[in-house]
Amino acid sequence: MQSHLTPTLTRLLPLLLAGISLGAAGADPSRFDDQSQLPGAPARTKGQPYFQPPEERDIPNNAFGDLVRRGQDLFMNTKALAPDYVGNEMNCVNCHIDRGRKANSAPLWAAYPMYPAYRKKNNKVNTFVERMQGCFQFSMNGKPPAADSEILTALTVYSHWLSTGAPVGKSLPGRGFDEPPPPRGGYDIARGKVVYDKQCAICHGADGEGQKVGVTSVFPALWGKDSYNWGAGMHRINTAAGFIQHNMPLGKGETLSDQEAWDVAAFINSHERPQDPRLVNGSIDETRKRYHENDGVNLYGVVVNGVKLGQGIK
Amino acid sequence: MRYPTPKGIAARFASILLLVPLYVHANDGETLMQKGGANPAALPCITCHGADGKGMAAAGFPRLAGLPEAYIAKQLADFRAGRRENPVMQPIAQSLSDEEIAAVAKAYAARPKVNVKPAAAGERPQPGSGAWLALRGAWERNIPECTLCHGPSGVGVGSAFPPLAGQGAEYIEAQLQAWRGTRAVPATKKTKAVAAVPPTRRNDPNGLMQHIAADLSEAEIKAVAAYFAGLGESPEAFDESQHRLR
Repeated sequence: MQSHLTPTLTRLLPLLLAGISLGAAGADPSRFDDQSQLPGAPARTKGQPYFQPPEERDIPNNAFGDLVRRGQDLFMNTKALAPDYVGNEMNCVNCHIDRGRKANSAPLWAAYPMYPAYRKKNNKVNTFVERMQGCFQFSMNGKPPAADSEILTALTVYSHWLSTGAPVGKSLPGRGFDEPPPPRGGYDIARGKVVYDKQCAICHGADGEGQKVGVTSVFPALWGKDSYNWGAGMHRINTAAGFIQHNMPLGKGETLSDQEAWDVAAFINSHERPQDPRLVNGSIDETRKRYHENDGVNLYGVVVNGVKLGQGIK
Repeated sequence: MRYPTPKGIAARFASILLLVPLYVHANDGETLMQKGGANPAALPCITCHGADGKGMAAAGFPRLAGLPEAYIAKQLADFRAGRRENPVMQPIAQSLSDEEIAAVAKAYAARPKVNVKPAAAGERPQPGSGAWLALRGAWERNIPECTLCHGPSGVGVGSAFPPLAGQGAEYIEAQLQAWRGTRAVPATKKTKAVAAVPPTRRNDPNGLMQHIAADLSEAEIKAVAAYFAGLGESPEAFDESQHRLR
């Protein structure tokens, strides 16, 4: 009970507690709940160009520029340069194409200016650093670097630089993955497999395992132990459908129909992947209820082909 | 456990004997490279691809040493079927048997694959350069960086994405031209119309290369071909345990 505390303390207490747990354990997963869906980006008026981030050649040659370059290197080579924090084989650039510059591939220039973000759903304020920590915990199935770490500082500086000239707090066209509407009649996993085998398997492998050169991942794993976990935003079929439709196959974005994008996203996300680190009481059902039930369209805790998904895989 | 009858043993032995000549021939990819196939039209590979299988860069003959077995076999099948047109290779591919194609693909794949000294961390390509296209792409035209599919330093990935490193500029350039073909040029008052030349290479999986080649400028094709040719080859063995940075 907190009724005997002063109103100010009552308001501060959760923040204090969060600060303590972050400092002590490095991460309190509940702080990173905002893997949940962002509001959609505004539509682009016809012919309106997307925001243009600055060019690489314009990075200044000073301490700031050094951090920008370091951030870009980390962004492209996350597994190689931050191995302690990446538990699978993903790199930031796998989902944020063209080094976080490409519209409709969750570009950093559209994300960074939207933080700190207030979440009505849980009455929390999430910082950009916390959002990135969420990426490490879920999309990279690893552990988040400390908020004041060199890694997150460099990635913040890189994002800040990419956002040079972007309005603060204004949702820009191209933000997120601009999801296609759910197809009439719903998605179909079996139909998605046909799309996958024809268009995706050549790079991502017949069993979604991805491809490597030596130890370096080239084509990311789409399911299984090397892929994003059940807590990552990409596990939502609607989110994956948006990413896929705009960006896949590489260089041939915008070629799959809404139906194909949803079907193949459903096929990919109907496979096992590492467990949601927020697992509640070891129960898939409880975890689904708390974190997945109202989070877009996803198959966590859903029985598919007689098997309940969300078992996790190591 | 079942013991084979004497008759069974004899039958098996006979079948092995029957297979022997075929077996030796089909597996002797090395001989095929040196002396050519059973059909005299299947010229020895080394004539153009070099004794070491590293090709002849200046003449535009590609390196085959260390290329993926399935990739080489697919190319020979595609030459045969006309999905990849080439006046020199088509007749040769057509005169090779299935077994010979399998053997020669296997033999070249067994040769050392190309290795490139890993790029120094912090390689910063200049915009408009071949290195820029190779490492950054031209996403405003939906052109991914070459290394995104062909691997770090273009060393190749799996069976579908061959190495670009180790190939000469003439060869890489010729392939990009083969994928794009040329557009028709309308007649002007002084010149006659020139008909479009359709692409002569149509065997890229899912058409992944076609639009890339078509959307590159002539200057970009030359620059990116020169970039990969200029990477050279490292004498050291390929170190699989080290991360290669992008």
